[in-house]
Amino acid sequence: MNKPGSAFVRDSLLPARAPPPNSVGIVGWMRQNLFSTPLNSVMTVVILVFIVWAVTPFFRFTLVNAVWTGEDRQACATATGACWAYVKAYLPQFIYGRYPIGERWRVDVVFWTLVVGLIPMLIPRAPYKRLNALFLLTVFPVIAYILLTGGHHQFSGRWIPNSWMSPSPLRFAVEYALVSAAVFGVSTLFSWMSGRPITGSWRTLGFILGAFAIVLALVSLDFGLVPVETANWGGLLVTLVVAITGMVASLPLGILLALGRRSNMPVVKLASTIFIEVWRGVPLITVLFMASVMLPLFLPDGVTFDKLLRALIGVALFNAAYMAETIRGGLQAIPRGQYEGAQALGLGYWQMMRMIVLPQSLRISVPGIVGSFISLFKDTTLVIIIGLYDFLGQIQASANDAKWASPVTGLTGYIFAAMVFWAFCFSMSRYAAYTERRLDRGRR
Amino acid sequence: MSDLSVAAEELPPVAPALTVSSTDVAVEMVDVNKWYGEFHVLRDINLKVMRGERIVICGPSGSGKSTLIRCVNRLEEHQKGQIVVDGKELTNDLRKIDEVRREVGMVFQHFNLFPHLTILENCTLAPINVRKMPKREAEDIAMHYLNRVKIPEQANKYPGQLSGGQQQRVAIARSLCMNPRVMLFDEPTSALDPEMIKEVLDVMVGLALEGMTMICVTHEMGFARQVANRVIFMDGGQIIEQNDPVSFFTNPQHERTKLFLSQILH
Ligand SMILES: Nc1ncnc2c1ncn2[C@@H]1O[C@H](COP(=O)(O)OP(=O)(O)O)[C@@H](O)[C@H]1O
Ligand SMILES: [Mg+2]
Repeated sequence: MNKPGSAFVRDSLLPARAPPPNSVGIVGWMRQNLFSTPLNSVMTVVILVFIVWAVTPFFRFTLVNAVWTGEDRQACATATGACWAYVKAYLPQFIYGRYPIGERWRVDVVFWTLVVGLIPMLIPRAPYKRLNALFLLTVFPVIAYILLTGGHHQFSGRWIPNSWMSPSPLRFAVEYALVSAAVFGVSTLFSWMSGRPITGSWRTLGFILGAFAIVLALVSLDFGLVPVETANWGGLLVTLVVAITGMVASLPLGILLALGRRSNMPVVKLASTIFIEVWRGVPLITVLFMASVMLPLFLPDGVTFDKLLRALIGVALFNAAYMAETIRGGLQAIPRGQYEGAQALGLGYWQMMRMIVLPQSLRISVPGIVGSFISLFKDTTLVIIIGLYDFLGQIQASANDAKWASPVTGLTGYIFAAMVFWAFCFSMSRYAAYTERRLDRGRR
Repeated sequence: MSDLSVAAEELPPVAPALTVSSTDVAVEMVDVNKWYGEFHVLRDINLKVMRGERIVICGPSGSGKSTLIRCVNRLEEHQKGQIVVDGKELTNDLRKIDEVRREVGMVFQHFNLFPHLTILENCTLAPINVRKMPKREAEDIAMHYLNRVKIPEQANKYPGQLSGGQQQRVAIARSLCMNPRVMLFDEPTSALDPEMIKEVLDVMVGLALEGMTMICVTHEMGFARQVANRVIFMDGGQIIEQNDPVSFFTNPQHERTKLFLSQILH
């Protein structure tokens, strides 16, 4: 530092002077953000007063005056706060409904399998995404179905007259083979008419039909599990089954409908448009009601159709229509040049959609898709009108139980329901926001 | 643009040095007509492109140049006449269309790279999925062509991170990876900043020197002089005039051609 000629070069910086006291720290932040102008100051004060006024009673009810322990209604009879003891006592019912106590481990196994499968899926850096997704979409549903219902499904076939073949798994297998053959025939006819080679679609079809046959075989096996009818399912179990099936089914259906509505083939376009508009024009309550009350009237005698399954189909189709419109919005944002670039390289329609168009448009649609998922999750509460006891339904039912009846029981139940629903929906919303930011960052 | 044209004027035309097949037809259009609704965009187009030929198409905006070359790989459908590419006639037969698209590369004005895929993935997508080539081999080929267009170091970036000129060179490499027999260019330099035009033209000249069959819609007259065997002038959906570049520029026959050239060369 003391080389000759450098005497005038400053070799240490002057210490920084402290900033004016009112511009840093909490005081500075408040001056800048809360009290920068007279109007801002007034708004700050008014809103603070409102928050205190609204939130204080809520905390007084849920925390300060709450009853945390107790065996029955005595504990809460005179309470002026939430009766958490009641929630604690009923928690298993809120989760499992009337699922037999000795079999509840099966629900737990399904739940934790889902959690273990889902977490690495949600962490962007976790490896094996493809395998993971494959597990969640193929293996897991089969495991879940077998565990939750008990499996050992007795297929007996339906269409071949009894005089030709008595009802048996064999008759079902024959029918399945016939339907498969018909599907092959029709697809061959279509490929021949459109002039496309058929070998590729044959392989795909064979794979799908084969995989489905394996699933049916697995579901009919006897694993020694006690069957549990869906009428006994309830609580969070029903809420999650309806919501997750609805989400998983409505996304691909929605994609197909959206593509259909933008198709150049007039029949496909018309059919998709009609489907979407019909479902979007009907309230979900009506759909559920029709599925539960009217559908059986149209079905032939002796054909029974599980009530939960009917609700699942109704919810899935209803949401597929909304999903389709969300996804169509994303598709419209993809410039024509992307299609032309793909076509000029020789990519076929499905390759172009799968590899070029959908990856880009789904990314744009993430906020809309998650919005649909969130409303779907909340809409599951409507299944109560067809006599299914979801999480909210179970809470509502238990609030009338004489053992715990008190002035605050119902209110506590609803607050608890609201908190649980909020936790689920808020997590979805946050995860979506995180995904959006992540996708925005790297590319484009 | 005029700077470039002047510079290119001093270069000797490369065309005579290259052999053009006299028997092998790459693209043939016979009495092709096309309408957009009531609007008659292409009128009685007759055009025969031999293997190894390099055609430059020019003409005022809206004259149907893009429509014409987009008919060659069926991005647009013609309503009358015959288009035969590489021995395959373009009809509604999807299989034929797929075959033609596999053999015909196209470079667009706005590049049309896939923004969600890396440069390398852009280049390997079609070879892997259309030609069913193993990934390793497709990547080797892609790197070979990225080297040729002088941007191998960008292979793992996304298109949005590249300049316009770089993106257009990637687009050319992407087409070349399919080893096409014909290349179509639709105003490949018109969306570029002036300083990037040359790097793209250089790549195209290189391609021409290798004997690629090329149909280029462009107003780069320097490029036309240097590499074209034939320059075609279009107006109002018709081919008004075609000639070898020297005669085309020094001795245009039609009034409209003269007017167009006087506008574009000044
Ligand atoms: N999809 C379309 N529908 C209707 N008119 C079109 C369409 N595409 C192009 N045109 C019209 O056809 C004419 C020729 O277009 P184009 O081939 O793009 O011209 P150029 O490339 O020579 O500028 C223009 O007048 C244009 O407006
Ligand atoms: Mg054009």
